[in-house]
Amino acid sequence: MPRPPSPSIPEKEFVYGALKQSLRLDGRGMLEMRTPTLSFGPELGWVECAMGKTRVLAQVDGKMVKPPPERPLEGMITIHSELSPMASNEYEPGRPTDEEVTLTRTLDKVLRRSDAIDKESLCVLAGQRVWHIRLTIHVLSNSGSMVDCACLAGIVALKHFRRPEVEVEGDEVTIHHPSERAPVPLSMHHTPFCLTFAFYPDADTPPLLDPSHLEETLSAGLLTVALNAQRELCVVQKAGGIPLAPEDILKIMDIAVTKARELDKLVEARLQEDWKGRHVEVR
Amino acid sequence: MSSRIEILNDGGFRSDGRKQYELRDITIDLSQQGTADGSATITHGLTQVLVTVFGPREAKMRSQTLHDRAVLNVEMSVAPFSTGERRKRSRADRRILELAAMIASTFEPVVQTTLYPRSQIDIYVHVLQQDGSLLPACINATTLALITAGVPLHDFVCAVTGGVHSTSPLLDLTTLEENDLPHMTVAVMPRTRKVTLVTMETRLHVDRFRELFELACEAGQTIHKEMKAAVKERTVTLVGAMDAGSKPGVVDDRDRDVVMGESI
Repeated sequence: MPRPPSPSIPEKEFVYGALKQSLRLDGRGMLEMRTPTLSFGPELGWVECAMGKTRVLAQVDGKMVKPPPERPLEGMITIHSELSPMASNEYEPGRPTDEEVTLTRTLDKVLRRSDAIDKESLCVLAGQRVWHIRLTIHVLSNSGSMVDCACLAGIVALKHFRRPEVEVEGDEVTIHHPSERAPVPLSMHHTPFCLTFAFYPDADTPPLLDPSHLEETLSAGLLTVALNAQRELCVVQKAGGIPLAPEDILKIMDIAVTKARELDKLVEARLQEDWKGRHVEVR
Repeated sequence: MSSRIEILNDGGFRSDGRKQYELRDITIDLSQQGTADGSATITHGLTQVLVTVFGPREAKMRSQTLHDRAVLNVEMSVAPFSTGERRKRSRADRRILELAAMIASTFEPVVQTTLYPRSQIDIYVHVLQQDGSLLPACINATTLALITAGVPLHDFVCAVTGGVHSTSPLLDLTTLEENDLPHMTVAVMPRTRKVTLVTMETRLHVDRFRELFELACEAGQTIHKEMKAAVKERTVTLVGAMDAGSKPGVVDDRDRDVVMGESI
């Protein structure tokens, strides 16, 4: 597989020079995120999240299945994600690339393993019937911080999704159609947000938040942090790249805390806005 | 099942009899393994990892070479008998791929790859026994294997895990503790005291993170001492073996490529 072309030398030097003076190509501050735009589809659990030119589509659906015998009291959550050539010309179908492995693993850790969703609440009838929630992530276009965008889209889709109301009488399970009874939201423990910081080989260049594609390619290391508004870290990932002083890492955690709070407010506001618009449709 | 076992009892002892900050026994074996250029077996308690290093050598795939530096190729295999429940993992397991990618990216800035353009360094990681702290064991063993292979490094990389039990931090966790506690792995470069790798996959409050992180950085220094002692011991043995080979009493160094330890 051919390697994607690396940025030209003048391009590289220009970006490094600009970053050294705390200037970014798109005019953002070093710790300024691109404001995510969330658009909701007609269906519940269909969210498109855009950060600048990075766009990710997340869709949630649920169905009833028989639980595996080893976990009869828990619902199931699966996350599907794939990097198709649609996202960027660097990707090819076939064997998963490193980037794809990172994306799937990060999504898995942030959304599933951090216990964002209460799995026990997805159980309908112990050992017989549980909800299987399926989250599908499509990366529509990648221009940096794809993982952050995918996590945000995923978590918002899960918050936006409502499953049909179920009634259990003895061993009989009745699923009520959304038009009969109002569907219920998934019960969530917390809302993690993913943030990526990029570091540069030059010691004078400060770390920056939400790198664009070019900034990401030229960076000497990435640190991914996922945390919620309650100041709980869920995932910290810094594998390789330039070594950092412990103080720098702790400083980044403090920045991430404030950013997560801002994101939480934004997401809540957008979800409420959308929900208000919907009441008319759902009788 | 595991909830019945006390992680940390009132006397301040852990389930395997260690204190909070105590690390498990570390044994290091740097002996030659087959045709490998460098190899190391490290055990942290019951976790055992063997790493063999081949290279720097010509890359098998021309397309994968880089014109200005060497490529690190990490392959990891987990022995089916390494865990309690015997289970064969495919080589394409996402978790194993991720661990291998993490090891590769940890060592890329540490190995002086620019000295070997257009070549490849193969690192084969074999997990023989698992009992928690798998990634740190792999990283420590890789450092040692690279050193025995004579690959120039900027520094050691020493890794350790840490976890928090309610509010008390613990170091070097076993599987039992890893399943129950929020934990993280930290890899430090002891000379500069900088951190090359931090990973955490469980929920932990920011304030607790700070405390544990600083503690783990400290513990990295202790592991460094252990690793350094092992390397030193091996070097002393090698130098001793070189001396034993030369004929006593005859001062004739014409055939020796390297004259060592004469002026010192």
